[in-house]
Amino acid sequence: MTSAVPSVQMLVITKRFPGVLANDHIDFSANAGEIHALLGENGAGKSTLMNILSGLYHPDQGDIHIHGRRVALRSPRDAISLGIGMVHQHFMLVEPHTVAENVTLGLDEPRFLLNSGQIEQKIAALSEKYGLKVDPEARIWQLSVGEQQRVEIIKMLYRNADILILDEPTAVLTPQEARELFATLKRMAAEGHTIIFITHKLDEVMAISDRITVLRKGRVVSTVFTSATSKQELARMMVGREVFFQVTKSPWRGGQAVLRVEAARALSDKGLPALKGVSFAVHEGEILGVAGVAGNGQRELAEAITGLRPLTSGEVYLCDRRITNQNPRQILDQKVSHIPEDRLGMGLIPNLSLSDNLILKGYFAPPLGRGPFLDQKAIDAHCRELISRFEVMAPGPDSSVKLLSGGNLQRLLLAREISCCPRLMVAVHPTRGLDVGATEAVHKMLLEQREEGAAILLISEDLDELLSLSDRVAVLYEGEIMGIVPAQGAQVEEIGLMMAGTKRARPAEVAA
Amino acid sequence: MQDTLILILLILAGAIRAGTPLLFATLGEIFAERAGVLNLGVEGMMIMGALSGFMVTVRTGNAWTGLLAAILVGGSIGLIHAVLSITLRANQVVSGLALTIFGTGLSSFLGQKLVGVPAPDTFRVVRIPVLGELPVLGPLVFQHDILVYLSFLLAPLAWFLMFKTRPGLHLRAVGESPATADAMGVSVVGLRYLYVFLGGMLAGLGGAYISLALTPGWADGMTAGRGWIAIALVIFATWSPARAMVGAYLFGGVEAAQFRIQGTGTQVPSFFLNMTPYIFTIIVLVIATQETVRRRIGAPAALGLPYEREERG
Amino acid sequence: MKLTLRLERRLTPSRALGFLIPVFSIVLALCFGAVLLAAVGKNPGVVYQKMFSGAFGSRFGLTETVVKAIPLMLSGLGVAVAFRMLLWNIGAEGQLQIGAFAAAGVALAFPQAPAVVIIPAMMLAGFLGGALWASIPAALKAKLQVNEIITSLMLNYVAIYWVEYLVYGPWRNPKGYGFPGTAPFSPAAELPRLGTSRVHLGLLFGLVAALCLYFILRRTKWGYEIRVIGENPTAARYAGISLTRNILMVMALSGGLAGLAGMSEVSGIIHALQRGISPGYGYTAIIVAWLAKLNPWAIVVVSFLFAGLLVGGDQLQISMGLPAAMSNILQGAVLFFILGGEILVRNRISLTWEK
Repeated sequence: MTSAVPSVQMLVITKRFPGVLANDHIDFSANAGEIHALLGENGAGKSTLMNILSGLYHPDQGDIHIHGRRVALRSPRDAISLGIGMVHQHFMLVEPHTVAENVTLGLDEPRFLLNSGQIEQKIAALSEKYGLKVDPEARIWQLSVGEQQRVEIIKMLYRNADILILDEPTAVLTPQEARELFATLKRMAAEGHTIIFITHKLDEVMAISDRITVLRKGRVVSTVFTSATSKQELARMMVGREVFFQVTKSPWRGGQAVLRVEAARALSDKGLPALKGVSFAVHEGEILGVAGVAGNGQRELAEAITGLRPLTSGEVYLCDRRITNQNPRQILDQKVSHIPEDRLGMGLIPNLSLSDNLILKGYFAPPLGRGPFLDQKAIDAHCRELISRFEVMAPGPDSSVKLLSGGNLQRLLLAREISCCPRLMVAVHPTRGLDVGATEAVHKMLLEQREEGAAILLISEDLDELLSLSDRVAVLYEGEIMGIVPAQGAQVEEIGLMMAGTKRARPAEVAA
Repeated sequence: MQDTLILILLILAGAIRAGTPLLFATLGEIFAERAGVLNLGVEGMMIMGALSGFMVTVRTGNAWTGLLAAILVGGSIGLIHAVLSITLRANQVVSGLALTIFGTGLSSFLGQKLVGVPAPDTFRVVRIPVLGELPVLGPLVFQHDILVYLSFLLAPLAWFLMFKTRPGLHLRAVGESPATADAMGVSVVGLRYLYVFLGGMLAGLGGAYISLALTPGWADGMTAGRGWIAIALVIFATWSPARAMVGAYLFGGVEAAQFRIQGTGTQVPSFFLNMTPYIFTIIVLVIATQETVRRRIGAPAALGLPYEREERG
Repeated sequence: MKLTLRLERRLTPSRALGFLIPVFSIVLALCFGAVLLAAVGKNPGVVYQKMFSGAFGSRFGLTETVVKAIPLMLSGLGVAVAFRMLLWNIGAEGQLQIGAFAAAGVALAFPQAPAVVIIPAMMLAGFLGGALWASIPAALKAKLQVNEIITSLMLNYVAIYWVEYLVYGPWRNPKGYGFPGTAPFSPAAELPRLGTSRVHLGLLFGLVAALCLYFILRRTKWGYEIRVIGENPTAARYAGISLTRNILMVMALSGGLAGLAGMSEVSGIIHALQRGISPGYGYTAIIVAWLAKLNPWAIVVVSFLFAGLLVGGDQLQISMGLPAAMSNILQGAVLFFILGGEILVRNRISLTWEK
C-alpha cells in the first residue's frame, strides 16, 4: 500500500521558539494511502512540526519534500497549492460567517462575485461522498463542535488536499462520533490520501493508524508499524519511563451535599439557552465528573455556580445556603474555588508577578490586606510558602507568570485555589494541554482535596480522566443532564450514547 | 406653508451636503475596522486632506488636482498608522491619537499663510438634466456637486464589495479571525495595509470636501471634530456602509439645521448651537450601543488587536 | 539570497531599551522636525537653538517652563491612572476646562472669603468639577458599555463652548472693555507664588499628586485592583473585583486631577476665567503620560520636558513668526517614534541573509 516515493518527507527540521527548542532535528515521512499517527505528549512538538508542514511556521533549518520534490513553504497558500491541508486543534473558522463562506475563504475561484449556489452544490457533493453532513448556509457559531470539525475537513477536501493533517481531532467528539471520523479517514486513505493524525491517546493510535512516529521533547524517538508495537511500548517511548494508567483512590466515605444545583437555566454569550434545567448535587469528599462534548453547557455551568454568569431560573445552594446569583466575591468568600478552563485568559494575569497572581483571591482581607492597604510582608511570606509547598518552579515571587511552563502555571493556579481550603472546587479541564508528569501532579492534588473532604465538580473532555478520578459521572448534552452514573463499572459505550443525546433510562439517579 | 416646505427642503439638501464629508470618512473607517484595525486618527487624516486639497488647488488653480493630493495625503498618513499598528504592533488607540495630534499640528503649521486666501476653484453644483428638474427630489438629490454624486455611488458600492464579493469576504475574515484567514492563505498584513490606506484616502477625500466644496477656504482646525463623529458613526452604522449613509445625513441634518437656526437670529446663544453635534453624537452613540448590545452585533472580533503568527513561546 | 528581518519575542522586556527608546524618540522627532523646517526654508539649528534658549536659557524661560509643567503634570497623572486600567480617557482637556469653571465660580461667588477658606474651596470645586465631568463617560461606559474614547472627547468640545458661553455672556466682566473673561478674582483667591516669578503653589499639587498616585498604585488594595483590571479584566471579574465601581472611581480621580489642573491655572496664573485658558494641555498630557510609561515620577520629569517644548514653541512664534503648532508637530512625532520603538523593548530584531 505504500508507493516508492513518500508523499511527505521532512528532513532535519529544527524550530526554536524563545526559550524552547520545539523541534530538534526531526525526520518525518508519510506515504500516500497510509494513516500515519504522530504521537507524543503535550508539548512534544507535534503541532509545531505540522504547522511547519502547513506553511504556518517557518523552520529554522531543514528541508521538506512533497511527492519527492523539494519545496519551499513560505505561507499556508504554498502548502494549500501543494495539496496540504490541516485541521487545527482550535478550529480555523470565522464564527459569524456561513459554512460556504468559510469553505471558500482564501480561494481564487470564483474570482470576484461569490456565487453561493455553485459553491453549495459542491459542498453538498463532498458531504455526500464522505458522509460529512453539514448545512452550507448555516453560520459557524450555530453549529456543534462535531459539525464544525466536518466543515474543517470539507474545507480541505474542497481544495483537493491529498495530504490531510488532523490535530487531536477526537478531543471534541463522542466515542461514537470518533468512530465515524475514523471510518471517513480510512475511506480517504484507501482513495490514496495521506492522513497524518496528531494525538496523545494510545487507544486511538492502535485503532486507526498504519504507522506511528513518536516524538518526545522535540525529538523523534522512533517510527514503528502499528502492527509491530504495543500500547505499553508506545507509552514508554512517549513519556520516557513506565506509565501506570491506574489512579488509586479510597472509596467514598459518604457525607452531606455541599453543592446543590436545582433546575438551573442560563444563557450562553450568544444569548441562546445553554443550561436547560440542570439539577445535581456534589457531596463532601466526592468528585462528580461532568462529561460531554465541548460546547454543551460545561463552561456556562461552571460560571453559573461561581457567580460569573446569571441564572435565568433555578437555584444553587452551598451547604443548604442559597447562593443563586450572588456575585463572584460573595461566592468565593464562602470557600468556593474555581479552576477555569482558560488559565491565562481568566485564571491568571500573565504580565503580573507570581505573588500578584497568588493574592488575587485573598488581597482584600486580612492577613494580606489591612484597611485600604496591602501588607507587603504578609504577602511575601504567603507567596513563598505557597511556591515551596506546591513546588512551583520559578525564579522567585517577583518573576512574571507568562514565563512559566504549562505545568507550572497550573500548579500556581491550584496553589492559589487550594490555599483557601475550599469546601467546593469547580475544576474545568484542569489537565488540558499538560504533559503526563504535570497531569499526574494535578490528579494527585485533586484527590488530596477529596480526601480532605472537599466536594469537587470536575468538568473534563477526557473520559479516561473522568472515569478514574470521579465517584460519579454526569453527562451534559445541549444544556441538559442525560444521566448520572457511578464511575466504577461505567460503560464507555453508555456514556458515549449519553454524550450524543440519549437520555438514561433511570432518571432516579439524577436526584441522588 | 410654501415657505416652510422650501425651508425644510433646503435643510434636507444641506444635510446631504454637510453629511458628505462624514460619509466619506465613515466609509473609510468602516473599511479599516472591518479589517481589524482601529484608526482613531480620522480627524488628523481629514484635516490634512482639507489642507493639502486646498493648498494644491491654490497652487494649480484646479480643484481636481487638490482632490487628488488630498486623497494621497490622507492615504499616506493612514500608512503611518498602518506601519505602527500592523508591522510594529503598537497600541492602536494611542497611535491613532498621535495621528490626530500630528495632523492637527502639521496642518496648522503648513496652513499659516493660507488663512483667508480665497479658493481659486471649487466643486460647484452640477444640476443633473431632467432628474434635477423633478419637484422635491430634484433639489434634494440631483442638484449637488459631483463629489456628492460620487458619495451616492460609493456607499452602495462599498456595501456590495463587502458582502457580495470575494475581496469583501477576505476583508471581513481578516477582521473577524486573522488566524483563520492566515491559515487559509489570505494575507492578513497585506489586506490590513490596503484597507487602512483606503480608509486614509477616504478620510482625506472627506477633508478635501470641506475645504473645496462645503466651506471653500482654509481655517485652522476646520474639520472641527468631524473625524471623531465619523468614528462614532461607524458604531452607529454597525460596520455597514448602508447604515453609514443614514448616520452621515442625520448628522449633516443637525449641522444644516444649526446653520439655518443661527441665520434666523434666534435667542439661543450660538455656543449652545455649536455644542449640539457633539452632544448629539453622545446620544446617538448611547442608543446605537444599546442596539448592538441587544442584538449582539459587536465590532469585528479582532478589532484593535495586532496579529502575530508565531505566538508560542 | 534575500535580506529578511526577523522579530523574536524577548522573555523579559529590555530595561535598558525601555529607557533609551524615549530618549531616541525625542532625538528622532527633532530630526524629523529639522527636515520639515529646512523644507520651509528655516535653519533648523537656529530654530532649535531659539527654542531651547527660550525654554531653558533664561530665568524667565525656566520659570515659564515650570509654570506650564504644572497643568501637564496634573492632567498627565490623571490620564495615566485611567490608561493603567485601559480606560481611554482623552477628555482631560474638557475636564480641565470644567475644573477651571467650577473653581472660578467659587472664587467669584465669595469675593470676601479669606484665602484659607477660598483656596481649599476652589481646589475642591475644581477637583469635583473635573471628576463629575469625567463621570459622564464613566457612567455611560460602566452602565451602558458606551465607548469612552468618543464620549470623553466629545465632551471636550462641549466644555470649551460652555466656558466660552460664560465668558462672552453671563459671566463677562462688565468693566472688561468687551474682553471675553470674568472679573478678576479677589487677591485671596490667588494661589501664592514663589518670589517674583509666576511659579505658583500648583507645583506642589502636582508633586503631591504624583506621590499619592505612586503610593495608591503600589501599596493599596485599590491600586492592586487597577493593575489587575488593566492587565486582564476577565481575571478581575473572576476574582470578584467590581469593574463598574472601579471605572467610576478611576475616571473620577482622573478627571479630578485634570480639574485641579484647571483650578491651578485660573487661580495661579490668570486670576480670572477666560477664553482659551488651555493651549491643549489635556491632549499633550496624553503624550506625556504615554512617554512616561504611565509611571507617576516619570510623568513629573516628562512634564518639564514638554513644557519646555511648549515654551520654546511660543518663543518661535514671537521671535521668528513661526506658528506655535511646531511644538504640536514635534509632540506627535515623538509619540510616533515611541510607539514604533516599543516593539524593540518586547522583541529582539535580527537582520539575516536567507536563501
